[in-house]
Amino acid sequence: MKYLDEYRDAEACKRWIEAIRRRITRPWTMMEVCGGQTHSIVRFGLDELLPPELTLIHGPGCPVCVTPVEILDVAMAIAAMPGVTFCSFGDMLRVPGSRQDLLRVKSAGGDVRIVYSPIDAVAIAQKHPERQVVFFAVGFETTAPANAMAVLQAARLGLENFSMLVSHVLVPPAIRGVLESPNCRVQGFLAPGHVCAVMGTEEYRPIAAEYRVPIVVTGFEPLDILQGVWQCLNQLEEGRAEVEIQYSRAVRPEGNPRAMDAIREVFEPVARKWRGIGEIPASGLGLRPAYARFDAQNRFPIPPIAAEEPAECMAGEILQGHRCPRECPAFAVRCTPERPLGAPMVSAEGACAAYYRYRR
Amino acid sequence: MCLGIPGKVIETFERDAMPMAKVEFGGIVKETCLAYTPEVQVGDYVIVHVGFAISRIDEAEAQEIFSCLREIEAAVEGPE
Repeated sequence: MKYLDEYRDAEACKRWIEAIRRRITRPWTMMEVCGGQTHSIVRFGLDELLPPELTLIHGPGCPVCVTPVEILDVAMAIAAMPGVTFCSFGDMLRVPGSRQDLLRVKSAGGDVRIVYSPIDAVAIAQKHPERQVVFFAVGFETTAPANAMAVLQAARLGLENFSMLVSHVLVPPAIRGVLESPNCRVQGFLAPGHVCAVMGTEEYRPIAAEYRVPIVVTGFEPLDILQGVWQCLNQLEEGRAEVEIQYSRAVRPEGNPRAMDAIREVFEPVARKWRGIGEIPASGLGLRPAYARFDAQNRFPIPPIAAEEPAECMAGEILQGHRCPRECPAFAVRCTPERPLGAPMVSAEGACAAYYRYRR
Repeated sequence: MCLGIPGKVIETFERDAMPMAKVEFGGIVKETCLAYTPEVQVGDYVIVHVGFAISRIDEAEAQEIFSCLREIEAAVEGPE
């Protein structure tokens, strides 16, 4: 496919790696923020081809992984209610809550459906006025415009049987969180390309300046990642800490203003708890009061559930880049994609799932 | 979750006043919402995420990675 195949060219990859090898003079540690980048790195073995001085550590950019167990428990309680059709991206179905997952709710008779787009959930609500249709709105800035449009459309159609369980998260506060950690080893970031295609780069400039870290907005294919590493390396070697765009075929500095307008119309920043990490102020999005009637947590008041995390899962350490999946004693033994202890083993963007699939 | 796939716009149309497109991904055609990229035309490539085109691909920028690599290599080898 055009714009995929040419960025996976093995010969060009070797030439980039050679350029990086010649340029590097001492050890450096970079973090790729997005789980999609992590999968590309592990799948194509880029980390093993890069010079040993360069360490890539995997970041928290997996929305499925960071969705708090409390919200998952609420999702399962709503999904099990009679009269409810619960719609979700496929990734969320196997993520363990305190006691079960959405797939088990489905097999017990709950109407749980996988949708490709939030718009599909709106269409189901339109077609089935007798059902309460709930969409599980998770994701980063990339997904927020689509979810905002679903709410706008439901409002325009006057749908009274559509609502959203919102657990949106934001990337810049997560990067700040990583940098504030006392154990932080990260000297430069490969920032997530599709998030920045939506939000642009403006919010990253103060982070680069304050913490003196280079931030390179990077794509997802092997050549993208190698060029992102090259640009980040050059900044580190030259003592610069700037925001640069490697993924310029899709990212403009201003982002996508129309998409940002829709996000701001529907959502507002809220404090959000990140699974395995804890609460980060203003790190998520919630519905604005004008759209509160679409909030599933208002529509279906669920009594508080005592959330439980499996004691053996070290997802928090992995999501912050402090540990690697293979350091976990449960990895591929008591934790597998079929029987996961934590979300990073389930999600297509989870670091544990990447290591299970490509490095066992 | 942030997976975005590049695809080619093969047809544009409107549905309920919403700009839409048929986008082809290596032989598979999917309906895609153009609410956030209404400027795209048939023949353009877009990045599609959960049914929405979030960005139009800039062809000149797409080639930059290859010219950049040649420049780096030329600088290492030096003038002949």
